[in-house]
Amino acid sequence: MIKRRKYAEALFKVLGLSSLALAVGTLALLFGALVVHGIGRLDWQFLTSFPSRHASQAGILPAVVGSTLVMLVTACAGIPVGVAAGIYLEEYAKRTWFTELIEVTVTNLAGVPSIIFGLLALGLFVYMLGLGASILTAGLTLALLILPVVIVTTREAIRAVPVHIREAAFALGATRWQTVADHVLPYSAAGILTGIILALSRAIGETAPIVTVGALTFVAFLPPAPITSQPPYLSFEWLMSPFTVMPIQMFAWVSRPGEDFAANAAAAGLLLVGMTLTMNGLAIYVRYRMRKRVFW
Amino acid sequence: MKGRTVLVPEQGTAGSSKPLLVEGEGRRRVRRIRELVIEGGLLVAALVSVATTTMILAVLVVESLGFFDTVSLYDFLTDTLWTPLFDDPHYGILPLLAGTIVTSMVGLLVAIPIGTVSAMYLSEFASPRVREIIKPVLELLGAVPTVVYGYFALLVVTPALQWIWPDLPGFNMLGPGIVIGIMILPLVISLSEDAMRAVPMMLREGSYAMGATHLETAWRVVVPAATSGIVAAYVLGISRAVGETMVVAIAAGQNPNLTWNPMEPAATITAYIVQVALGDLPHGSIGYRSIFAAGLVLAMMTFTFNILGHVMRKRFREVY
Repeated sequence: MIKRRKYAEALFKVLGLSSLALAVGTLALLFGALVVHGIGRLDWQFLTSFPSRHASQAGILPAVVGSTLVMLVTACAGIPVGVAAGIYLEEYAKRTWFTELIEVTVTNLAGVPSIIFGLLALGLFVYMLGLGASILTAGLTLALLILPVVIVTTREAIRAVPVHIREAAFALGATRWQTVADHVLPYSAAGILTGIILALSRAIGETAPIVTVGALTFVAFLPPAPITSQPPYLSFEWLMSPFTVMPIQMFAWVSRPGEDFAANAAAAGLLLVGMTLTMNGLAIYVRYRMRKRVFW
Repeated sequence: MKGRTVLVPEQGTAGSSKPLLVEGEGRRRVRRIRELVIEGGLLVAALVSVATTTMILAVLVVESLGFFDTVSLYDFLTDTLWTPLFDDPHYGILPLLAGTIVTSMVGLLVAIPIGTVSAMYLSEFASPRVREIIKPVLELLGAVPTVVYGYFALLVVTPALQWIWPDLPGFNMLGPGIVIGIMILPLVISLSEDAMRAVPMMLREGSYAMGATHLETAWRVVVPAATSGIVAAYVLGISRAVGETMVVAIAAGQNPNLTWNPMEPAATITAYIVQVALGDLPHGSIGYRSIFAAGLVLAMMTFTFNILGHVMRKRFREVY
């Protein structure tokens, strides 16, 4: 009897380990396939060429530039709003139904499928505000998409700062904002940074909402340069330019029949996975460092 | 400290007897106004999320109302054909709904057993060192862009399945379904592990004291105590699977097809939206509006699952 129970116990341990191994192993296998298919195409020519009808001459340059510019807009719009909202909810908001409402919408937005954000952007940014299928539209869409992530991580980081830090600041006559700006924010900066990196890494891989707003799948030009030779030297024309981004370029290549284009897709996938994993690794590292350096 | 010597508390106003050193009235007013402006600015930022939610609902509902001007709700819910772009258009959501349900079900059949057993192992059996390694790895896997998973479904998993079933078509719901399952696995594992770890140690110790083994404790004490949290993990996983777009858009095919057989190709709600968005439909046309009607159905499904999931998650938090 006891022997049978011990046997069941050992059996489950094996089962548990093998199911974990199955999960992680399958993914490792899939990534292995990605590397095998794509590594041969991932060279300098691939990074600096425009897309082409000939798979072997095609490159990802417009998509890389597009992703960079879209991320710039997303970061400029999404991060300040998200961090500010997090500060408000954690430091200012009183427990009322209204605060509750804001919190419910944040949780809810975090679970809305990304393609719904694409439909929102299509109706609101593209047609109602007339921004068209531009870099600005895509950047703002992704900014709304990452908002919940930024808000939630900002709140968690701020909540980790002990109350007595705030009380000490108040006791010295600091106002609420002085307390937040001079004490709470510096102490929670690493946590907030982690959230920002995670949010941007999610945004850079998003495909569905950008497809929905009407990004192009074949772009053989670069957006106008942000810096010009004539005064005032800065140009914002690129904001309204048509564009493509890396995941969409990959999508376009996956959808085309033929071994060669599949190899291009794998190379683009490698680049994407490499970027998101680097960003996530960085975020995990920042969090780990921060946890080690807690001094209260 | 920039020489702001204050001896009176903030409440002391002009009427009260003045101590020797007081911050100037004007300066204090400036400071108060500045605080108010900052608080107002932060509030506006917080309201963006409310505005976004409202706009999502408004856009979906307004465009769908335009859609239902042409198409009756009865046809939408009962017609078995979805061919809005054909000369003889039919607008029955059922085929798209079936595609969404079948791919999600296949995903769940993969994710629930593997996810639950893995979470049980991680929470009750694994050493802290294993857990410390596995959890960040799972987090990394959850961050891989979905279009990459689409590539896997079309070019790795489906060919592998064709090796087993040679007459499986290149586009089918089984491959993407399995990939969706793998994709939601990190979410299911980490949420249900959280739920199991939230069960107080006391309950386990009581069970051990009665002579139960590790497994018996895990299965008969921890899992029942964490049920609502585990089910919440499943429900949030379903919500993610239903809303998943790129995997099915790439690998499940683009033809709406009313079938419950995962070996056949079929379009899902999300795949249809992508398909239409890739074409160039004029703004305001019935085809353009149809993606909002489809989106509304999708949004209602995920809203329901999300609310259900969060209510259940809250419940398991409050028990102890």
